[in-house]
Amino acid sequence: MKKRIIWIIFVLCAFVIAGYFCKEYALVTDFTNKNISPCIRYPFGTDWMGRNLFFRTLRGISISILIGVTSASISTMIAILFGTVSAFGNKEIDTIIVWLIDFMMGLPHILLLIVVSIAAGRDIKGVILSISLTHWTSLARLIRSELLQLKASTYIQVAEKLGKSKFYLFQKHMIPHILPQCITGWILLFPHTILHESSITFLGFGLKSNQPAIGILLSESMQYIVTGRWWLAVFPGCVLVFVVLLFYDIGKCFQKYYEQKSGV
Amino acid sequence: MIKYMLKSGIRMILLIIAISIAAFFIMEISPIDPLQTNIGQTALGIMSQEQIEKLQNYWGTNENAVKRYIEWITDFISGDMGISLLYRQPVYHVITQRLTNSIWILCIAWLLSGIFGVALGIISATKEGSILDKVIKGIAILFSSTPVFWFALIVLMIFSVWLKWFPIGFSIPIGVMTEDVTLLNKIHHGILPTFVLSIVGMPNIILHTREKMNDILKSDYILFAKALGKTKKQIILQHGIRNVLLPAITLQFASISEIVSGSILAEQVFSYPGLGQIAVTAGLGGDMPLLLAVVVICSCFVCGGNFLADMIYHIIDPRIQLKGKNT
Repeated sequence: MKKRIIWIIFVLCAFVIAGYFCKEYALVTDFTNKNISPCIRYPFGTDWMGRNLFFRTLRGISISILIGVTSASISTMIAILFGTVSAFGNKEIDTIIVWLIDFMMGLPHILLLIVVSIAAGRDIKGVILSISLTHWTSLARLIRSELLQLKASTYIQVAEKLGKSKFYLFQKHMIPHILPQCITGWILLFPHTILHESSITFLGFGLKSNQPAIGILLSESMQYIVTGRWWLAVFPGCVLVFVVLLFYDIGKCFQKYYEQKSGV
Repeated sequence: MIKYMLKSGIRMILLIIAISIAAFFIMEISPIDPLQTNIGQTALGIMSQEQIEKLQNYWGTNENAVKRYIEWITDFISGDMGISLLYRQPVYHVITQRLTNSIWILCIAWLLSGIFGVALGIISATKEGSILDKVIKGIAILFSSTPVFWFALIVLMIFSVWLKWFPIGFSIPIGVMTEDVTLLNKIHHGILPTFVLSIVGMPNIILHTREKMNDILKSDYILFAKALGKTKKQIILQHGIRNVLLPAITLQFASISEIVSGSILAEQVFSYPGLGQIAVTAGLGGDMPLLLAVVVICSCFVCGGNFLADMIYHIIDPRIQLKGKNT
């Protein structure tokens, strides 16, 4: 299990690093070699400006991974904050936060992303902000209910009666229980954030078209699909699905690992 | 029961109102200038300060935002949703037209994904560990990791460009008068978006149903039923399905939000003139009245769905009703 996690992280890091070095190559145009279908020299083919799709895809996926990881991390922090405050605060705060969660879930995700990214401006900051602000709800709900359950459990109440401070209880009994769930929740957010990043970029609300993000590549490919240039759409999408599956797999590995450890 | 219904009904309406308030003020803080989007930058540039002020007074852009919100929402409820900036038509008109295009696709996709999702989930759980189970689970995970728009693109490529079975886009054929469009034409154009949306809605339902069914099959009462000598088929039909139905219903109504999300992406790919496409056009073009109306209508769908799920839950399972009365 551990070996597998390390392998996946290694592959993902390789994607990010390769994307970093592809930065210049991804933008090189070569009009003598445009619209080439996949061959050995151009594994993913070239587009109508002769840009190498292989480099563009690598660059795009590394941008997607970075945005996904950043916004998933911010989301998790918001979720932990709101979940804990909601479980430990007084009743009014709890009601407000539960209501806020319902409120965020009352709109379809993509529409919410569109609205927030319009307000935040259509650039990389806007994307990160809108994704971070919209993905914390289910994890916050989970953390809240877990903490409430813990609070009511016998061993915590006994410890409380024995005169242990709230801080001690939280640090000694609750954090060890809640941390694995936060970590798996965090990792399982990656697939969502990455998919939503590419979706919102595809629709035109995310990154600018001069950035070779996966969403941009795919929305550009839409114009050429009728003329039979299938590689423009197929390869970037496949790489995206592959990366999302890798993240999903890490999340599941962590989940299993903690389940085995705690003997559930 | 009625008291509970009223209570959650009011809660739902409050939620929709809150969403409309939030959407309105988010638009307010967005960098889009209402005057500029309305009359264009060049026109604004050559106007004198006096003229601009006159316009601001005319449209009320320099008035208090709270006052403007109250005016907007009262008009909205009475059916006057304002004028769309992009289409130069009343928003109400644009929305109803697009909604009729979208709604049947959404409904069919929603039902199909629900029915097939639950069925596949149950099959997968009853045959846990078999090849069939692994295939179903694997495909469900694969599809939940696939972006909707990419899947739509691939479907479009295979069935429209390559096999030429279906048209490339739009809801009616190009170059045909509106009066001459037959129902068959519309169905022909709607099949691919419906197919994509039903597939996209399924994985979540399959995986959840499978998990729930697995839990149920491991429970004590199933063990007892087995001890009584019931066959596997009997157990599934008499105990399994009944118990899995409740969570399935909640999930089904919660998936409305996901289907609407998916429709925004799928309609964009198939250039299908529906509610989702209009949301994108309005968002990109800075058409605030239209976008606000779409937001409010979509939130009505989602919140209404949750409300319905709650009600159905109470009717099906009387135990929850009792619990509600006591607390």
